Amino acid sequence: MKIENYDSNHVQRSLLDEINSLVKYRHLIGELILRNIKTRYKRSLLGVAWTMINPLLTMLVMTVVFSQLFAFDLPRYPVYLLTGLLLWNFFSETTVSATRNLIWSSKLLKRIYIPKSLFATAAVGTGLVNLLIALLPLGIIILITGTQVGLALFFLPIALLLISLFSFGVGLAISAQAVFFADVVDMYQIILLAWMYLTPIFYPLNILPDKFKWIIYFNPMYYILECFRSPLYLNKVPEPQIIFGAVISASIALFLGGFLFTRKSDDFAYYL
Amino acid sequence: MISLITYNSMTKTMIGKNQISDDIVIHLKDVNIRYRMLQERTTSLKEYALNWVKGKNSYTHFWALREITLEVEKGESIGIVGDNGAGKSTLLRVIARILHPTIGQANIHGNVIPILELGALFDPELTGRENIYLNGAMFGFSRQTMNGKLDRLLDFAGIGDFIDSPLRTYSNGMIARLAFAIATDVDADIVLIDEVLAVGDNNFRKKCISRMETFYKKGTTLVTVSHNLGLIQKLCSRVIWMEHGRIKADGLPKDIIPVYKQSATQALYDKSQADNT
Repeated sequence: MKIENYDSNHVQRSLLDEINSLVKYRHLIGELILRNIKTRYKRSLLGVAWTMINPLLTMLVMTVVFSQLFAFDLPRYPVYLLTGLLLWNFFSETTVSATRNLIWSSKLLKRIYIPKSLFATAAVGTGLVNLLIALLPLGIIILITGTQVGLALFFLPIALLLISLFSFGVGLAISAQAVFFADVVDMYQIILLAWMYLTPIFYPLNILPDKFKWIIYFNPMYYILECFRSPLYLNKVPEPQIIFGAVISASIALFLGGFLFTRKSDDFAYYL
Repeated sequence: MISLITYNSMTKTMIGKNQISDDIVIHLKDVNIRYRMLQERTTSLKEYALNWVKGKNSYTHFWALREITLEVEKGESIGIVGDNGAGKSTLLRVIARILHPTIGQANIHGNVIPILELGALFDPELTGRENIYLNGAMFGFSRQTMNGKLDRLLDFAGIGDFIDSPLRTYSNGMIARLAFAIATDVDADIVLIDEVLAVGDNNFRKKCISRMETFYKKGTTLVTVSHNLGLIQKLCSRVIWMEHGRIKADGLPKDIIPVYKQSATQALYDKSQADNT
């Protein structure tokens, strides 16, 4: 360990310095991700299989319900649906567990100094591992439905980076508020539900009447979802304006979340 | 009344006007810590909003530390004594940079290892080995580094075959020993110890004390909070007596401890007198 000098009046509060301290604690991030995954699977019979079965079952039910309805607009509906579900699950799980992890670690934060954004980072890391596992059944569905995939798949890591940064930012923003008020998580989950229906996860964009379409265009998750879905469903790199929207969304979330979080993070130990 | 003994660290260690000597590892300047408590404890945003509308969000402030100015040189062993609620643990939390001063400034030079409660950093569901990695990572160590320490840790903690069992199957003594072993197997510049030697049997306590003596010899700065005055007398080169969030006295153990003891007895006597009447 390098020698640290701490001056309470000159504590670095910018996002960049927060990231710097995350690098210093990288071993802890790894251990936390490992712990999250282990404790999730340790006591369940099917273990890792749950991560794959869960979205598949939801997909199955929703395909039965909706596939006739959207058959005209959306061929190979299971692929369209599953890509949407996986990305949405990633986002909602990551942001909620970033908040829960921070609250649950109150015992820790009162006894040792740890950069507090570590918990959101570990949540994103855990989410990425789960998402990668869940990509396996998606691959099978893609094969079964005869969906074409090709070079556009190289865009997928960029899409994953964008959703990770976006979720990290939102996770920071929500968890910073949840330290002070316990019901923030509950409220956020209600918002998540509404937000999910306002994101074209299981329906095509063009079923919306024109006068409501602007809602979708103001939804950051729309752009990010399209970035993820395009290569897998359409075998296409997304349109430039979609990529642009996704980059802007991720950047705003990151800076706003970083600002809201670092502004208050010195006070967390008083409230947790 | 009890006379106050004040050890003037300022004149001794300040070089020039504002220049601080290199040897000072803990420098607290007029540090105040204020806990803010809502009168009716509001923990939900809904209640907060309702109360805000009614104009009822009033706070009570509790100053846990007041105007603490303290300089500790490298290699000193400081003992902190005082009654419950005097602010001893809060002071350690400021040095460990867990609590940010409400007012004032804290400068800490070097790595701090806080040992504030043995086992609090463990996860009961994980095995001993996994907890060693997790706990090590909190101090910034990789798995590889921790693997190198493994034999030493197991030997100190006396865990043996339990290493791959979940921590919840361990006895309290085992948990305490393991936690202490991990926290002290580190090249730290400053080690903070809060009343942790109260747990465990005599054998463990002896081992711990010898560890702390090793630290002291190596030139590590030690700050110990304890109600065990014998221990403080034995381990510390300087004693700080805290009362109601302030430093009441600061000096050599032989000067402070007898006076503190006397005041504690006096308080007990006063209380029994008051109870009798």
